[in-house]
Amino acid sequence: MAVLIVFGPLFAAAFAGLFGNFIGHRVAQIVTTGFVVVSALLSIVNFFDVAYGGNSQTIHLATWMSVGTFDVSWAIKLDTLSSVMLVVVTSVASLVHIYSWGYMANDPHRSRFFAYLSLFTFAMLALVTADNFLQLFFGWEGVGLASYLLIGFWYKKKSANDAAIKAFVTNRVGDFGFAIGIMALFLVFGSVSFNDVFAQVGDHTATTLAFAGMDIPAIELIAILLFVGAMGKSAQFFLHVWLPDAMEGPTPVSALIHAATMVTAGVFLVCRCFPIFELAPNASAFITVIGALTAFFAATVGLAQNDIKRVIAYSTCSQLGYMFFAAGLGLYGAAMFHLFTHAFFKALLFLGSGSVIHGLHDEQDMRKMGGLYKMMPATWIMMLIGTIALTGVGLPFAALGLGVLPDLGFAGFFSKDAIIEGAYMAGQQGIAFGNLAFWVGVIAALLTSFYSWRLIFMTFNGTFRGDKHTFDHAHDPPWSMMGALVVLAIGAIFAGGLMKNDFIGGNSAHFWNESLPGAVHGPAVAGGDADSHGEVVAHGEPAAHEQPDNGHAAADEGEAHATGEHPPVWVILAPFVVTLIGFLAAIYAYLINVGMGARIAARGGPIHSLLYNKWYVDEIYHFIFVRGAKGLGDVFWKFFDVRIIDGFGPNGVAGMTFAAAKRIAKAQSGYVYHYAFVMLIGVLGLTLWILAGAGGQ
Amino acid sequence: MFSELDAFLSILTFTPAIGAVIIAVFRFASRPEDQGLIDKNSRVVALGATLVTLLFAGLMLLEFDPAVSGFQFVHEVVWLEQIGMGYRMGVDGISVLFVVLTAFLMPICILASGAIEKRVADYMIAFLLLETLILGVFTALDLVVFYVFFEGGLIPMFLIIGVWGGQNRVYAAFKFFLYTLLGSVLMLVAMIYMFLQAGTTDITVLLDTAFTPQAQTWLWLAFFASFAVKMPMWPVHTWLPDAHVQAPTAGSVILAGVLLKMGGYGFLRFSLPMFPDASAYFAPMVFVLSLIAIIYTSLVAFRQTDIKKLIAYSSVAHMGFVTLGLFSMNMLGVQGAIFQMISHGFISSALFLCVGVIYDRMHTREIAFYGGVVHKMPVYAAIFGLFAMANVGLPGTSGFIGEIMTMIGGYQVAWWVGAGAAVGIILSAVYMLTVYRDVVFGEITNPKLNTLTDLNRTEWIIFVPLIIMTLLLGVSSTLVTDITAASVEALISNYDAALAAPAQ
Repeated sequence: MAVLIVFGPLFAAAFAGLFGNFIGHRVAQIVTTGFVVVSALLSIVNFFDVAYGGNSQTIHLATWMSVGTFDVSWAIKLDTLSSVMLVVVTSVASLVHIYSWGYMANDPHRSRFFAYLSLFTFAMLALVTADNFLQLFFGWEGVGLASYLLIGFWYKKKSANDAAIKAFVTNRVGDFGFAIGIMALFLVFGSVSFNDVFAQVGDHTATTLAFAGMDIPAIELIAILLFVGAMGKSAQFFLHVWLPDAMEGPTPVSALIHAATMVTAGVFLVCRCFPIFELAPNASAFITVIGALTAFFAATVGLAQNDIKRVIAYSTCSQLGYMFFAAGLGLYGAAMFHLFTHAFFKALLFLGSGSVIHGLHDEQDMRKMGGLYKMMPATWIMMLIGTIALTGVGLPFAALGLGVLPDLGFAGFFSKDAIIEGAYMAGQQGIAFGNLAFWVGVIAALLTSFYSWRLIFMTFNGTFRGDKHTFDHAHDPPWSMMGALVVLAIGAIFAGGLMKNDFIGGNSAHFWNESLPGAVHGPAVAGGDADSHGEVVAHGEPAAHEQPDNGHAAADEGEAHATGEHPPVWVILAPFVVTLIGFLAAIYAYLINVGMGARIAARGGPIHSLLYNKWYVDEIYHFIFVRGAKGLGDVFWKFFDVRIIDGFGPNGVAGMTFAAAKRIAKAQSGYVYHYAFVMLIGVLGLTLWILAGAGGQ
Repeated sequence: MFSELDAFLSILTFTPAIGAVIIAVFRFASRPEDQGLIDKNSRVVALGATLVTLLFAGLMLLEFDPAVSGFQFVHEVVWLEQIGMGYRMGVDGISVLFVVLTAFLMPICILASGAIEKRVADYMIAFLLLETLILGVFTALDLVVFYVFFEGGLIPMFLIIGVWGGQNRVYAAFKFFLYTLLGSVLMLVAMIYMFLQAGTTDITVLLDTAFTPQAQTWLWLAFFASFAVKMPMWPVHTWLPDAHVQAPTAGSVILAGVLLKMGGYGFLRFSLPMFPDASAYFAPMVFVLSLIAIIYTSLVAFRQTDIKKLIAYSSVAHMGFVTLGLFSMNMLGVQGAIFQMISHGFISSALFLCVGVIYDRMHTREIAFYGGVVHKMPVYAAIFGLFAMANVGLPGTSGFIGEIMTMIGGYQVAWWVGAGAAVGIILSAVYMLTVYRDVVFGEITNPKLNTLTDLNRTEWIIFVPLIIMTLLLGVSSTLVTDITAASVEALISNYDAALAAPAQ
């Protein structure tokens, strides 16, 4: 079953890719979609088996590399963490395949598109089911390849090709760190398999490695290097520049790769390697800072963008920042929970915006939209659901102590509030940058609310600002696209409430079954049990996670309460309040005082310019790296190679001997005789020497 | 059963030469008006001879016992007993795969020579002789025999560049000649000294001969001069781009695919086992040169306007991983280096063939001339894309295995060796994806490209084996490393023992 889950999409991709021209688009679509859907169904079966049945296992398939003690397998590791990812990846992938039947219906290269989608699915599955760092790296680069191919799918467009290269190369910068991390791992642990490394990680807390002239604790160094890889793949600040440009790809690609799955691989990596990160407090603090910075930065840039997909792209970047600072603070369960819910509502938003773009014949500029709720009511409702889920609307009854009523809310409410409140608690416990993360989380939630509603209002409310012909032909999408939206909407509504108890609530220790530290932080604590209270205090001591000891935990509970285990009411209410403020502000700016946003943009003050131009990061990078590489390349080539090496070497000699050479031989093969002559002399000389030597003895 | 046959390796080595003799006999015995027929048939004979050689190489691989670390299929005819000079052949885990690689690439070269129209029979003779001489390099177990093959192999290569090359072929051949001359003279002197010390030219004996550390230093440098040019290492690499640009497609394939590996093989056969103290002493220098090769030539490749030159520079960068891995002298480094050489044999050959495909159609290698090729040649675009990715070292292709193994091996020695090499994985993506975009993607703006046609049947036949090897080795690297393991292990343990022993 596991083999079919992972390799079914690969088979489908190869089939559609190799024979696409012979079997026709329709068969290619049926085969790829069929295998991915089967994979999704089996993933759900597997999920129940592993997460609730407790049947974690690792299936060894073959040996990939084996040199001395260096042993790398092809394997399928099925534990709760990978099973959750399997469900997320295959279900979103299936829906995107189905959606693409409608979205790509008129594209002449459909079968290639579906082959790439399935190839991506396979690579992502190989990534999440890896049992060692190198297979993970295989999937990691494989999804990078698929992303490259899909961003550049419309290869006639120069902008698409450039974006594809930018994505691949920026990811490679991250992979540079990741690769060095793997090298260091092997040096320290003598293995690259997860089990071996994680089992030994506690023995190496005092090991140091020389790096860049310093002696750095090995665990910290490895953790930072692995995180650099995650920064590239998950578009965290400094390496985020590729993600907005990646929107050049077809919209279903954005939904699958650049929202729901691939970009979350970095979060998955950090969670998968939690035994390392738990023992690397400085690296974790670094993650928290980068995550918080990204959450804030991307949200501010999202305020000023006009391309509907770019707004959502920056939103994705920002939400990934949330996941990272949660992971950095040790809230792995909450990070995975947000990854899980985010996959549904962000895919929904992307596919919804794809419906808008499709309905408007490839218009992406929100300044040319407006009033579309009349023409595309179903899409409008779907986008509303996605927005409500993203902004995290919900009523925290239970957390406020109104015990009778459960918490009510859309998916994002549960996961995002869990992160924000968890960050507050972490800050209270003195975990580095917890307070910073908390405040950034709150502020970014305000910004998220504003830009999300701005998007809705600019697109669906007010009056249409494009040409009338386009508006009259605007329409809701066909059933295949709509069906995918509806399924995702259901996920966006219910995924949070249904899964909360498993991901971060009372059942989490049993649910994760050691694939994550069943640690329960923050808000879930309010309804949690004694075990989980112990875990909070035990943060940083993985040994405690392995054997939750009730007595010990109960003792800690009292202590925990004393230090303020329950977040105060204002903390619980804060996300709710700022979301409301953002919503009202958006109403004021885009519905009541219509045109205010456009006027600010037109005036173009320094803050707007900064945000509109994405903090000028692209310009700075272009100046330093692109021009730097070109300049260095030119200097090396035209100066060192041509002037110095050739100039003093062969050409210099050539200059001296040219006249002679010209006399000796005609151009064609003169030097050969030359050479053969020298060689003959050499052989003769050698033989004579030997004979002479022998004679002498 | 073949291992019973003493002369098996010699038969394998000289099969192509027999083909060359057959062609030569008909070529020189026939009347001038039959030249056309001779040319046509010479292709068939050459293909036949290379295929038979490949068959022999396959049989040898089947019979080869990977558990044995020493030489197998040994064949010895002593010429001058009193001084221990003789004709000695044999293969071990280090050399056996180079023999197979050579035999594998040669039929592809013959098939890829369809565009050659001038003096076809002579061309085929040159190629067949070249194959024999290259095979001899990898099978020779005597210094004199090795030297003859090693230096002699360059003669047909000169001819191929000088006679069938491009417009600037004379300059290229001359540059090649100058560099190589320097190396071979020094190597010759070193060999003479070694003979005087050991009293024999038998390589198997020399492997067990301990030279004084001081002698090792000079011997090492002399061999290094020759092998570094062959690899080529920075800064003696500038002959390679010119040679590639001027060589016909098949010449480039054999140059990148096999000839460069003679340098790496030389390090493995001579420098590392015979001069361990000097190797350890000079290893840091080799690391620095390797890293410069990786970073510097990648940046230079990025700026090229000629596709072939770009791939040539990329070859230099990839050979940097080889030297880096070899001198890290641990299992991962050395195994990775051998793997990288084999893998590069397939990938760079395929990339030069990719260039050849469009060159044959358009007669230019200027990147700016192209753009939008995918619209006319979708299959070609896919194949070129696959090998571009393999060259970038994408996991799942053989390119990845060599790079990651050598980098991990290098990191075990010093962090900056591994980390510096890792810069290459960024830069290779930069230049390879850029050239791929500029040639393959975009709209067709040059109207001449509208006449392009996709791959023909011969081109399919050429590419399919290379695709299979690149992917197969990419997912199952033990196919290579299991064969080389025993010999490499012996190499390293002898090396470590030599270093541990007190200096004489």
